[in-house]
Amino acid sequence: MENAKTRVVSAIVENKPGVLHSVANLFRRRNFNIESITVGATEDKELSRITITVNADEKTLDQVVKQLDKLVDVVGVTELDPNSIVTRELALVKINVPSSKERSDIINCVQVFRGRIVDVSPESLIVEITGTPDKIDAFLNLMKMFGIIELARTGITALARGARGVNIDD
Amino acid sequence: MTKTTGAKALIESLEHQKVDTIFGILGGAILPVYDALCGNTNIRHILARHEQGAVHAAEGYARASGRPGVCMATSGPGATNLVTGIANAYMDSSPVIALTGQVPSTGVNTSYMIGRDAFQEADIIGITTPITKANYQPRSVAEIPTTVNTAFYIATTGRPGPVLIDLPKNVQAEVAEVEYTTQVVARGYNPTVDPDLAQVAAAVEILADAERPIILAGGGTIIAGASDELAQMSELLMAPIATTFMGKGAFPENYPYSVGCIGMHGNPAANRLMSESDALLAIGTRFSDRATANTDSFCPNAKKIHVDADPAEIGKNIDVDIPIVGDAKITLRVLHAALSQKLSKKEKTEWKKRVREVKEKLSPLTNEVPKNVTPKALLTELRKLLPNDAIVTTEVGQNQMWSALYFKALKPRTFISSGGLGTMGFGFPASLGAKVACPDRAVVDIAGDGSFLMTENMLATSITEDIPVTVIVLNNSVLGMVAQWQRMLYKRRYMAVNLGKSPDFVKLAQSYGAEGTRAGSIPEFQAAIKKALKSKVTTVIDVPIGSEEDVVPFVPPGCGLPQQRGDY
Repeated sequence: MENAKTRVVSAIVENKPGVLHSVANLFRRRNFNIESITVGATEDKELSRITITVNADEKTLDQVVKQLDKLVDVVGVTELDPNSIVTRELALVKINVPSSKERSDIINCVQVFRGRIVDVSPESLIVEITGTPDKIDAFLNLMKMFGIIELARTGITALARGARGVNIDD
Repeated sequence: MTKTTGAKALIESLEHQKVDTIFGILGGAILPVYDALCGNTNIRHILARHEQGAVHAAEGYARASGRPGVCMATSGPGATNLVTGIANAYMDSSPVIALTGQVPSTGVNTSYMIGRDAFQEADIIGITTPITKANYQPRSVAEIPTTVNTAFYIATTGRPGPVLIDLPKNVQAEVAEVEYTTQVVARGYNPTVDPDLAQVAAAVEILADAERPIILAGGGTIIAGASDELAQMSELLMAPIATTFMGKGAFPENYPYSVGCIGMHGNPAANRLMSESDALLAIGTRFSDRATANTDSFCPNAKKIHVDADPAEIGKNIDVDIPIVGDAKITLRVLHAALSQKLSKKEKTEWKKRVREVKEKLSPLTNEVPKNVTPKALLTELRKLLPNDAIVTTEVGQNQMWSALYFKALKPRTFISSGGLGTMGFGFPASLGAKVACPDRAVVDIAGDGSFLMTENMLATSITEDIPVTVIVLNNSVLGMVAQWQRMLYKRRYMAVNLGKSPDFVKLAQSYGAEGTRAGSIPEFQAAIKKALKSKVTTVIDVPIGSEEDVVPFVPPGCGLPQQRGDY
């Protein structure tokens, strides 16, 4: 795929059983590659928002959006413009702490990245960090030297900047 | 509000949708619905002998009539046996409603069973998600009327397709207050009907300047009932009309402007003229790989306009210059009105001459008096013997491609075949469904011996339920299309294509109570068809043909439409 890059698609779907299955199944069936997928509530309790990052070229992305839109349970779907988007991801990182010297080094890094320490044990720390995927990648790179015991990333959630939302009227 | 069982609510909701026929087979998990069908309803139940027969019959009914076809099966194997037919209806955009029983979801006298691998439990919702437009599993009686309304609305509007309703047994049996409404709940479903006028204007620009325009009509034009509009557009543009295989019958194939089907086994004239055109107006087609062949050499010189009801089809297989999302009939009308103001009345003398010339030179049809029984002679003869409004179904393989090449369809919804999925065994049950929908018209299934054996058990349904059709078995004792491919592309290394000792089709028919006859020559075939058309029971005509008869010309895999070959 020429011009393939990571793109963010936001879909507003009916909040009912089976919808995530149809969406995930569609990606498998059409050979689209999901990098991450997050599902959560919206301002309307009958609707959920699915945020999907895909690695795709423009033509494939066009198909992703159209095929998603074709699903009856998908009420609205759009690609979020990369130049006008707020994306956030949360990561919980369990880090190995060999000594108190390293403990203070880690704490310094966490402060620089505006993370929070949410669990402390004699040999480990759990850090909560939120931000764009780039920021989290950078933090994780730094933490490699201490040793990452476990990592849980949520995948990104995102909204378009400005007053307009995903169109769910047509 | 009335107090009723879920099963009765289902039947009554179907009656509100004007359902007159259900093709089905029962089983344990659908018993309450069958109990509700017993008396007190005008719905005719036609007992199939295999669920695949039921769903194909429902599709035949839908495609012959334009009304949704309904089939029903029990849970587990009953439901999974519908899958091939549901996939077929999805590929060919046919409005089919599939009703399945399911093990109980909850209940007073039954324990909770869904999800516990109960007897005859299958996750038919999960299984059919990628091959239905939508599927539903109502968990209460109150949901049933709205679910049925929504299912029919979705199945029949926009780009039609199958919808499945899976009804747990306890919900069928439960008694509750039900309100019959016309309400439809599908917030995320709003098919586009009217075309965007700016796109229409852009299309007009291209068509007004075109010197060698061609129209490609797909199955969508038949679904939309756009045959008159196609004829008007062809006249206005002075453009020949090619069709896809699914579009066969959208425009009468005996008209001078008709050039036949395009595709791998398409009419050579259609394939050639597509390649020579400078503007393509494609309507209601998804540009299937069998229609376009290699996409790089598909209409290489043409500006392309693509009209389709399904936005996801635009740009999927072929890049186009002007996409228009809309109903085929309405869009053609709007386009015609806009174009007639712009178009100069200049005669396209050269293009018309070229179309005539290519048609004469590359026509696959013969005008000789046929002596031997070749598929070409037989199908040319069949056209003469059948009334114009007779419905022809086909099986899949050589019989199907010969029918596409040599049998001219003259009216929409008179040529019914498994296009997208290529399901062997489709034609015979579909012919029964078509006959039920159109009892006053002649219905003929053009079969191969391989395909016919796949659903031949529906002869029992045809006789018991009094649905007389004619089956022509082009009997070459091989799985002909794959044999042809092994001959052409695998150096005649035949593997698993010889059918060996097939049943005697005459005796087979007779054992079911049908008429069976053998035709070894064209005069015998003529007599057999004439007799069959008058017969009160189904007739099977066994026609032995050569086992090395090919469908030619063809476009080898990987080649473009212009590279059609008659030899190998």
